[in-house]
Amino acid sequence: MADLLDGMVRAFWLLVTLDRDLVEITLRSLQVTLTALAIAALIALPLAALLSVRRFRLRRVTIAVLNALMGLPPVVVGLIVYVFLSRSGPLGVLGLLFTPTAMIIAQVIIIVPLIASIAHQSLRELWSDYHDLLISMNATQSQRIKALLWDGRRALLTAALAGFGRAIGEVGAIMVVGGNIDHATRVLTTAIALETGKGDFAMALGLGFVLIALAIAVNLAIHWLGHTESEGRW
Amino acid sequence: MAEPMFPLVAEQAQVRRRGKVLVGPVDLTLQGQGTTIVIGPNGAGKTSLLKMLHGILRMNGGDLRWACPMAEAQRRQAFVFQSPVMMRRSVVDNIAYPLQLIGTKRKEARARAAAWAERISLGDALDRPATLLSGGERQKLALARALIREPDVLFLDEPCASLDGRATREIEEILQQTASEGTRLIMSTHNMGQAQRLADEVIFVLQGRIHEFSPAVEFFSGPRTAQAKAFLRGDIVE
Amino acid sequence: MKQMLLGAFASLMLSGAALAEEMKLAVTTSFHNSGLAEVLLPEIKADLDLDLQLLVVGTGQAIRLGEAGDVDAILVHSQRAEEKFLAGGYGSHRREIMYNDFVFVGPGSDEAGIQEAKDAAAALQSIAEVGAPFVSRGDDSGTHKKELSLWAAANLDPQGFGAWYRAVGAGMGAALNTAAGMEAYIIADRASWLNFGNKGNLKLLFAGDPVLFNQYAYLPVSSDKHPHVKTELAQQLEAWLTSDKARDLINGYQIEGEALFVFNAQQ
Repeated sequence: MADLLDGMVRAFWLLVTLDRDLVEITLRSLQVTLTALAIAALIALPLAALLSVRRFRLRRVTIAVLNALMGLPPVVVGLIVYVFLSRSGPLGVLGLLFTPTAMIIAQVIIIVPLIASIAHQSLRELWSDYHDLLISMNATQSQRIKALLWDGRRALLTAALAGFGRAIGEVGAIMVVGGNIDHATRVLTTAIALETGKGDFAMALGLGFVLIALAIAVNLAIHWLGHTESEGRW
Repeated sequence: MAEPMFPLVAEQAQVRRRGKVLVGPVDLTLQGQGTTIVIGPNGAGKTSLLKMLHGILRMNGGDLRWACPMAEAQRRQAFVFQSPVMMRRSVVDNIAYPLQLIGTKRKEARARAAAWAERISLGDALDRPATLLSGGERQKLALARALIREPDVLFLDEPCASLDGRATREIEEILQQTASEGTRLIMSTHNMGQAQRLADEVIFVLQGRIHEFSPAVEFFSGPRTAQAKAFLRGDIVE
Repeated sequence: MKQMLLGAFASLMLSGAALAEEMKLAVTTSFHNSGLAEVLLPEIKADLDLDLQLLVVGTGQAIRLGEAGDVDAILVHSQRAEEKFLAGGYGSHRREIMYNDFVFVGPGSDEAGIQEAKDAAAALQSIAEVGAPFVSRGDDSGTHKKELSLWAAANLDPQGFGAWYRAVGAGMGAALNTAAGMEAYIIADRASWLNFGNKGNLKLLFAGDPVLFNQYAYLPVSSDKHPHVKTELAQQLEAWLTSDKARDLINGYQIEGEALFVFNAQQ
């Protein structure tokens, strides 16, 4: 219990003094996760819409695979990315291992199935609503996808935020592919793991509170950015 | 003027789902003028017949031909559903959507949609979410959305079911106006008064088949079959 | 305001600054937990203009990283694994830098009575006899390998131990956390122990047997195997680590008034 209180005090001081290391790893956390989120959304959302509007042969299999991949342990993703990016791996020449780019790649792989699955759930419902109307209007495949993505944007925002939450709190994969290098690839979660390892629970908890505050702030910011012109209630 | 769409000819056209016949086999020839009203008891297949003719229910047998190529025919028709689908966007964007699909500039599409909204007395609700409209407003929006591409054929599936008198009258006025401008209306209804007001010809549907097809005056003055007579009297027909 | 926020996001994503020379060094958790790195790194940066990026992993993983060419050099403490690494042609050579020692840590009550043990082997034998809870790193690290060799020296085989022997498969700090929570015995390097913040009821019970000395060695990754490694930087770093300045910094590093490392590089 004392640790918890101590952690809150520590988090408070880190924040009010704008501790330089804290600012650095927080910004890196944001940079890595927001980039991963943007890339993952660009892949996952159209995929979810396509799975909703189009009945192709491997559709059911794809959906099942996506759902299964949602439960993939991040550390496994980390190991697979590591094997590919290692100097002795197929993509070793790129020299990406232990860089923020490698962490972004791992996070994209982790959250694409999650975002696509959640998005597909809601887009499927929207599509059953729109199905007759859009077919009656002769909308092409890409027009149908566009209409779903636009009109379903609120649900898609929720899906994206779920992805953000999973990515920002993830530690297993980015520890393996990022290496937790100070001033290069250290982010909030790996720093927390490090402090826990040192037995400095107060510092670990302090960073944990910063992470929670960051997640809340980003959620609010994205909701606010996504707020449409009027007081829309779709 | 584009090439004629009519006659529309259906030969042994049939739709089955899960082993059950929804409609057909239907043999039907529709000519190019007037308003066709489809009547019949609940579950007789009125909706399925309209959707089949419109081309959004895949047929399991038979043949359906317009006088012009199919793709062109599909571009020139529209459908108003019994429970209208409100897209999750504003009133004006809902009405403008069919124009945007065919590449009309957004600004022009919205201007034309705004004019239509005015016509259906939704002019001061342009930016409201369409999902917040009342039943009558939704149906009028759906009608405006269907008419904005100026289709040559308009299908309507009980557009006035569950609407109050005022909304029904507004919709009928628009329909009469539309018909007088030369648009071919094919519409189902439960309301015999409405059928008599609008119909030039009547299709009486029973158990998925066309039981009787005759000019409106003839049908309402003296139906040929006993079932149609009973239906007009208000008896239960199975 | 929205534009500003979006702009901030965008610049955040694009940022990626050019830096001084970089090289990657895999080190063991026990070395990193000692806190010595925080003394050495700024001096290295100042003297060599070198951003030394530390990958803090177990010895097993450090050696794997070196074998794969994912780091430029390794700093570890497990002589047998190091010799295998050299024999496989993965490292150019091995240079001893310094040593510290391992200590036996356990609950203050010391039910196995290892405080009076005459040597490390005797201490382990009495722990096994009593069946007192014992936490093993169990992660193939240098410390874990050391622990196994000590059991072997005491003529005991952990394979046959009962439930009192807990292999946690974690780093030094995490293993110490577990030991503190269970009031168990554990073998730790002195540096990690002194720097550990969550000691609870644990106490240092036994130390000083020469078999507990722990030699750290520096092994650059061979450029024959991996042409991309930064051999020149690795050489500069080696020269610095064996310099008089490094000697003074390493010997002078203390926690709670205790020196942790003894510099013993051949200069």
